[in-house]
Amino acid sequence: MIEFEAGIIFIIASYVGVALVLSLLIGWVWLNSNKQKARLVDLEKRGIHRRSKKNNPDKTEQTL
Amino acid sequence: MTPDNKPKNWFSALAHPGKFMRWSRYFIWPLIILTAISFAIGLWFALFNSPPDYQMGETVRIMYIHVPNAWLSQMVYSIMAISAIGSLVWRHPLADVAMKAAAPLGAAFTAMALFTGSLWGRPAWGTYWEWDGRMTSTLVLFLIYLGLIALWNTFSDQSKGARIIAVFTLVGAINIPIIKFSVDWWNGLHQPSIIKADGLSMPAELYTPLLIMTLAFTLLFFTLHLINMRTEVLRRRANSLERQHVIASSGGASTSLDVTNTDLDNKGGDND
Repeated sequence: MIEFEAGIIFIIASYVGVALVLSLLIGWVWLNSNKQKARLVDLEKRGIHRRSKKNNPDKTEQTL
Repeated sequence: MTPDNKPKNWFSALAHPGKFMRWSRYFIWPLIILTAISFAIGLWFALFNSPPDYQMGETVRIMYIHVPNAWLSQMVYSIMAISAIGSLVWRHPLADVAMKAAAPLGAAFTAMALFTGSLWGRPAWGTYWEWDGRMTSTLVLFLIYLGLIALWNTFSDQSKGARIIAVFTLVGAINIPIIKFSVDWWNGLHQPSIIKADGLSMPAELYTPLLIMTLAFTLLFFTLHLINMRTEVLRRRANSLERQHVIASSGGASTSLDVTNTDLDNKGGDND
């Protein structure tokens, strides 16, 4: 267990800072992924799809 | 099929963007679960079940997040350099995707290594920053990451851009051995490597949390990289569809498109 000492503020700042950056990184990756999936779904709705989709309508669903 | 080309075909099959999208989806959730478990165990060891260092005291706990980030800053760049070779030699589109998807992650891990190193330096050495070999070369690595991200954003044609960026990535790879051996080449504040030929120069109670946290951060990178790669494949696919749609619309063609001649589909083998 951590004992209180002068360096404690640096430990807390390090862990909080890393947690913050990791949260932002994970959030950015997740949002970016959802954005591209939504783009492809939107294109599908507009009838714009890949040639292979004609042969296998479920393919977009499988690869998203 | 000849015995000589078997490994190449096996690799090509897995690395085909369409097939990659199918097999990679089964790895995401197991990776997320493994990462979460590793972090839970690692943090418990790092914060509650490891002793203070006899010299650095409690601030040694910063090591458990600093060293994994420093390790990843170099590992991610090494993966980018290997992908750059794949991009230049085999011109494989998935190598471009892997290279591009890794750059922002590498930049984030390098930023965290610099940040935690700076906060560790203040109580350990009495300064937030010193222009010693390890710190300066890591800062250079961070700037290289930012430069490569900026370069990716300047190219509208990602396939052409990938060739140029691959060359820059390989040039930047010179910095990796400089970071690694900087503590041996120049006198600075950083201690030499803890892994030596005659064993570890660190007690097991400090090394155990360090190892688990390094595993956790590495698993996190692989999880985010896999998701980022899949996102990049989808982004290129959507871009390609939109481009083809504009061409078809302006030419009065049908909107049911034959999108096979794209940067992702024309090099992976069969048409997905």
